[in-house]
Amino acid sequence: MLVARRLGKRYGEKRVLRGIDLELSRGGFLVITGANGSGKTTLLRICAGLAQPTEGRIERDAERAQVGYLAHEPLVYRELSALENLELYGRLYRVPERRERIGMLLERYGLWDVRRDRVADYSRGMTQRLALCRTLLHDPALLVLDEPFTALDESGAALLDAQLAELRGERTLMVSTHDPGRVASLATARLELAA
Amino acid sequence: MTYARDVGALARKDLLLELRARDTLPAMLLFVVSTFVVFHFSLPAHPSRLAASGLLWVAILFTALLGLGRAFVPEREQRVLDGLVLAPCDRSAIWLGKSIATLAFLVAAEVVALPVYALFFRPLSGAAVLGVALADVGICAVGTFLGAMAVTTRARELILPLLFLPLAIPIVIGGVGSGAADSPGRYLGFLVLYDLLFAVVCWASFEYVVAE
Repeated sequence: MLVARRLGKRYGEKRVLRGIDLELSRGGFLVITGANGSGKTTLLRICAGLAQPTEGRIERDAERAQVGYLAHEPLVYRELSALENLELYGRLYRVPERRERIGMLLERYGLWDVRRDRVADYSRGMTQRLALCRTLLHDPALLVLDEPFTALDESGAALLDAQLAELRGERTLMVSTHDPGRVASLATARLELAA
Repeated sequence: MTYARDVGALARKDLLLELRARDTLPAMLLFVVSTFVVFHFSLPAHPSRLAASGLLWVAILFTALLGLGRAFVPEREQRVLDGLVLAPCDRSAIWLGKSIATLAFLVAAEVVALPVYALFFRPLSGAAVLGVALADVGICAVGTFLGAMAVTTRARELILPLLFLPLAIPIVIGGVGSGAADSPGRYLGFLVLYDLLFAVVCWASFEYVVAE
């Protein structure tokens, strides 16, 4: 469960978020929309535990280990391979049966054949697929996805659609997107941020 | 044991990154050897023991600074630090893993640099080499900590030397003393104390550097 009351965030003089109230029960699916610069990423960073609000409060029942965060950047090392990146994260997240889980995700997201290639040689879409594998690796209870469909081709987006449908109800999901229609059928709540 | 495995995995990752990208070590090697060559031709022949020791420490310190400035570049480029910070491992493991990797690069540069120094200037005593080894630990502990602080700022190239160089003054005093004093024991003891004190402070407070 995630509850935020009167949430606000300032960077110096600049106010990025103001008076956000939200309540998301376990298994809920929140879609966040808003124009560029409306504070979607900041809100998601706060919900993931990467940033602290300057006003209001937030309560989350998921611990750090149970949060899966997909950012604009893939959060992977470009000079390492997909396998090496996921091995590192798997170790740090204490993923049980790490090898099997990594293999399963790489297969599912179509990266198995290029698992030993450097991420620097991947296309933007392949890197986004790897970022999704990283986010899902430790089977998190709370998934915070910042524009997850960015750079994915049709097959990648279809894979993500299927994954989200699978996780819906079992995991708590927060997804920011510029295409709310894509996840409208899955959403249990919607938040629109004003610029 | 889990902590040690985390540190090992993080340090190994940095070594692997350097092996692939070759960004840091060649630059450090080139810098330190060029510095000695420049000093060799610009100083009078047979400089005093104190002067020679002083230039060794100037070269070591700035070579280390070069490596420290690049230490968190891979984490900054893809914001990987966010991913590491979210992991449930103890955050100090990030600092320790990075410090060990930076220490490995610095030692590798010194394996070449110290014989070059001995060739151009004067042979190094056992105490001086021990002083360099002890100073390396302090340099990497403090420098990695400050590198993590600087990486989140806009003027990171400026912030790191501004913070690091004043904190490195005791290392220079201990290092020069261990190489030039008649009884280097107390200077070596001073370096051990510096290493212990700053390693504990950095280890305990790294959490607050990477958490917003």
